[in-house]
Amino acid sequence: MDFAFTEEQQELKRLARGWLSERFPLDRDFDGGVDDQWGGLADLGWLGVSLPEDEGGVGLTFIEEAILFEELGYALYTGPYLETIGLALPWLGSDDRAAVAAGETRWSLEVNGLTPSLGSVDRVVADGSAFDARGETDASVDPSRPLGRLERGNGTPLPGSGDTARARTAMACEAVGVAQRVLELGIEHAKTREQFGKPIGVYQAVSHALANTYGDVELARSLAYWAAWCVAEGDESAQVAAAAAKAFATEAAVAACERSIQVHGGTGFTWEHPLHRFYKRALWLEGFGERPAQLRAEVADAVIGAAVTTG
Amino acid sequence: MDLRDTPEEAAFRAELRAWLDANLPEDRRGYRGGEQRFGDAFYRDWSRALYDAGYAGLTWPKEYGGAGAPYSFQAIFLEESARAQAPSHVGVIGLGMAGPTIMAHGTEEQKQRHLSKILSAEEIWCQGFSEPDAGSDLAAVRTRMERKGDVFVVNGQKVWSSFAHIADFCILVGLSDPDAPRYKGLTYMIVDMHAPGVEVRPLRQITGEAEFNEIFFTDVEVPAANLLGEEGQGWMVAMTTLLHERGTLGFALSAQLEVHLGRLLEVARERVNGDALARDKVAREWIDLQALRYTNYRALTTYERTGIPGPEGSVAKLRWSEQNQRLTKLGRELLGDDGILDDGWWHHQQLRSRGNTIEAGTSEVLRNIIAERVLDLPRSR
Repeated sequence: MDFAFTEEQQELKRLARGWLSERFPLDRDFDGGVDDQWGGLADLGWLGVSLPEDEGGVGLTFIEEAILFEELGYALYTGPYLETIGLALPWLGSDDRAAVAAGETRWSLEVNGLTPSLGSVDRVVADGSAFDARGETDASVDPSRPLGRLERGNGTPLPGSGDTARARTAMACEAVGVAQRVLELGIEHAKTREQFGKPIGVYQAVSHALANTYGDVELARSLAYWAAWCVAEGDESAQVAAAAAKAFATEAAVAACERSIQVHGGTGFTWEHPLHRFYKRALWLEGFGERPAQLRAEVADAVIGAAVTTG
Repeated sequence: MDLRDTPEEAAFRAELRAWLDANLPEDRRGYRGGEQRFGDAFYRDWSRALYDAGYAGLTWPKEYGGAGAPYSFQAIFLEESARAQAPSHVGVIGLGMAGPTIMAHGTEEQKQRHLSKILSAEEIWCQGFSEPDAGSDLAAVRTRMERKGDVFVVNGQKVWSSFAHIADFCILVGLSDPDAPRYKGLTYMIVDMHAPGVEVRPLRQITGEAEFNEIFFTDVEVPAANLLGEEGQGWMVAMTTLLHERGTLGFALSAQLEVHLGRLLEVARERVNGDALARDKVAREWIDLQALRYTNYRALTTYERTGIPGPEGSVAKLRWSEQNQRLTKLGRELLGDDGILDDGWWHHQQLRSRGNTIEAGTSEVLRNIIAERVLDLPRSR
């Protein structure tokens, strides 16, 4: 039993934290155009982390990708990384994978009739085939991650298959990053904002809310890392672990954002403050694909046994 | 990162599982806890059997009767005990609090005298920390310890002390210097519960059972050789006890919850199999328990790598206590019309769980600790 990152994995986490914070700072212009730094991601090897070296990949595992998903959530990265690496990649054949690793193609995946970031990717996986990314984009709870309706042209069958455990774990990790960031923002505010002559963090109504978020984040992190390990190892618990992780971590992230907004008071309710951007990402992660109640129904099937239907 | 057992861990687990199968009688599975463990000789015999087989004090040094094994073995022991629904060792306070404190601050003589008898359950320990006017505010204790030559004369009252009515020894924190600044006047000592002037009165709890007690000390003479640490160092020594209480507790707690969850799943299968709302609630408890378990594993790895308990562990007791309250209430709820009956199990567990957020550090104190020591927020007092 060894449940911690290796020295190399910790180094990757530090590197990602630094690289992303320089390029995606909190004071960036969220409403303007976004450079998704795709070439930079390719140069760092982040687009081929778990791909073999002969496809231009780095030959590591999903655990390293999980670390990146968490850090991308922490930075509130804007770009189709989740879509390409978390959702579409398991469907692709060797040539397509090599093109992903080289930073040449951005992909997305149609889920329940909705395709994330349809307008900013090149290709889309739908029903096991690849299509050019064309279609109308709907408004989404998270404007930085729009949802589109794919207009299918000629599809090319793909050799791979879906991996819901992997996709859900990726979203769980991203949610952990979001939750961690808004917790830190809340702590910082509680230390510096003064009312009644004291920093508001001395008041237990404030500090205990943040302590609750800390507990949620640590528990969510444990589930997300457990699921990541199961996915990386092809462990038999991967499905139930990933369902548990996405259900818990996305709800935890939403709650973390709500508490942080409350701790920030009037400031937290303004468009200017970045908190609402994190909140909307958390809501997106909670709502995309299967929602927590649906995931818990899957968990119930696994641990109680399938429901007996009567009458 | 590797969540599988190492070959050594796997071998230990297999051997332990076989031992439990061979030694734990079928009708003793499904440990209920509560008052019965005090009166029934089986529980002391079981503790002795654990000791004889080398499973008590797994992480303690061999020279004091332990097995000198890594912490992961203790985690495996607790997991397998939960799987077998085995009773825990009766020396809870000795194993989790008194023993580690003696190892950290005791004299060689004290270690030789006490440690192995804790493991063998020959001697039972209790804790004398809380007082009627000093609960969360431990530094406010007023039990007086007056030095007279080679002895300290102890006068005062302790309360909410589990096991005191069957205990042989007490780890006691009191006030040896009323004029010293806060924290500086406290002293920590080992008190013989059979000494003249020690009186124990059981306290009945909301469950109707008496698991804890008041202890009255009237002119009790305690040899100076029984001090743990120096006179006036009581606060520092007490912090060691509390660190161990909360630090090593995580796995024991999630193992206990595992037993409760197993029962909950049985009830769910029998009673509410097709009820989507009930299934959702049960799934939530299962998920929360896995979250707690894997958080304990992370804390364990941090501890094994650094020797210092990681911040992850500080949430274990807080979240366990709240989950046990939810889960036991849900158990009763799933029983439907029968939930109003006292079935001897869920009714007891649900009432008992109300103590979980109070004992061993209230949830309020634990949130203060997380806020101040982990999140580095300003102190509230």
